[in-house]
Amino acid sequence: MNVAIAGENSFIVYFANQASPIISAQIDLTIQAVLERLGPAIVDLIPSYTSLLVIYDLDQVDHFWVRKQLYAAINQPEKITPGSSASTELPVYYSCESGPDLELIATRSKLSIEAVIDLHQQGCYQVYAIGFAPGFAYLGEVDPRIATPRLSTPRLKVPQGAVAIADRQTAVYPAMSPGGWNLIGLCPLKLFNPTANPPMPIKVGDQVRFRAIGKAEFLHLGGALSDNLFGHSGVI
Amino acid sequence: MSLLVEQPGILSLIQDYGRFGYHNLGLTTGGPLDVHAFKWANRLVHNQLRASAIEISIGGLNLKAQGDIYIAVTGANMPLTIDGRECDLWTSHRVHSGQCIALGYASEGCRSYLAVARGLLIEPSFGSTATVMRERIGGLHGTKLAQGDVLPCADTHNLERLTLPLNNRPVYPSHARLRMVPGYQYSAFTQLKKSLFFSSKYQLTDRSDRMGMRLQGPNIASSIRQMLSEGICQGAIQVPADGQPIVLLNDRQTIGGYPKLGSVMAIDCACLAQLRPGDWVRFKAVSIHESHNINSVAALAFTRQHPLPVK
Repeated sequence: MNVAIAGENSFIVYFANQASPIISAQIDLTIQAVLERLGPAIVDLIPSYTSLLVIYDLDQVDHFWVRKQLYAAINQPEKITPGSSASTELPVYYSCESGPDLELIATRSKLSIEAVIDLHQQGCYQVYAIGFAPGFAYLGEVDPRIATPRLSTPRLKVPQGAVAIADRQTAVYPAMSPGGWNLIGLCPLKLFNPTANPPMPIKVGDQVRFRAIGKAEFLHLGGALSDNLFGHSGVI
Repeated sequence: MSLLVEQPGILSLIQDYGRFGYHNLGLTTGGPLDVHAFKWANRLVHNQLRASAIEISIGGLNLKAQGDIYIAVTGANMPLTIDGRECDLWTSHRVHSGQCIALGYASEGCRSYLAVARGLLIEPSFGSTATVMRERIGGLHGTKLAQGDVLPCADTHNLERLTLPLNNRPVYPSHARLRMVPGYQYSAFTQLKKSLFFSSKYQLTDRSDRMGMRLQGPNIASSIRQMLSEGICQGAIQVPADGQPIVLLNDRQTIGGYPKLGSVMAIDCACLAQLRPGDWVRFKAVSIHESHNINSVAALAFTRQHPLPVK
């Protein structure tokens, strides 16, 4: 573990060189310890893959005190038990109608579309980071057989709820935006709701599973399908 | 009572001090690019220093008062008129119902702040009214001011008018020395690249915005080819593979995977934000101890500068 300066009011703690569910659990525990020790002096915390950025309030505390408290928080002995983190299940309507890149992934991987869907929904995914856009969670890792590089030309329009793959990562687009990930289905739930408390059902360190649902259930759960869901260009 | 937007100008945004505590959801800070000028605008109309105000970039904002109010404009040298009468910047002014407030285009600097006594009364989202256009959050509708927008504020009578003496007002030259605290992947840059970085001028490109200022100058790429995304703080100096540094500002993404040299002090990010494309900067490394001293001295100077009553 390594504590480095990030800026005049922030430290970054590096936990390892490679991401894993154990490192995620360790970061999650550290967040709680940091909040207990530094509480109101913390402005923001950003956990991501193998690191934790700690931004503190310069009006209240200084570098020396925060560093001392951080070391104490990191060295607090805690039992790490991977798998004990919160788990959330997200329903997904996988189909060519709701996932325009399913066919492409199937062709690339020499699998049937059904097999691609099966492999995606069998996985148990770790939430490694949240960023890029409000509520965008990076989940890992998908089965190597369905890992697919980003589109060479990103779509101008990816709908809210689109379930996507990029390399060995997967994600659900929290809002309509441009995007270059491969789309394989739609989730009818709102993953980022500014008026809900909490605004997101998942946080970094949690685990996520996907459950395949049919079109009727998708529509029943509030999902919507329209003609121009993926912009004019269709696939790629 | 309210202010009616008659002409929005190039980029006018509602900003309070910024959105804090939501980086874990991917929400960035937003808030005023030049905190010093922002705080003075509020102070001159006796507001709480973090009250909601308008950040005007370049200029061109025209408002109509729908009620009797007091305003103050600080920051870039943008000519201010009230019903055609020229008015001093860094000074509070009374505006009567029906009068027009017009800001011309900046001759020096780039960002101005217009504060209204008792603040703009905007509903906060995630604890803040700061507008972040990329996230479609904050302000009135998550975007810049548009013609016809109505900004609610409070009627104010008998406010003591204040002005900041000329010698206390900042100047906005076309260059800046940016003090930075080395950090993040600093050691992954060779000594040669670091020497080059600290001894060279970097020019602001036109691909600069509230997310980050893209600079152009000697190539200082690091040896890192791939890294995992990590949290980004205010002022972080990101160096992508092309070796051209980007200083990340208020609307930055919260995580990113490019190597970073460290971070520019907030006090100097404010100076950077007043520059325009073509202007240039130099960097100077300061230790974390020096940065604390610089901030303490600046905080003391701010409290010890006293505005004078307008006679």
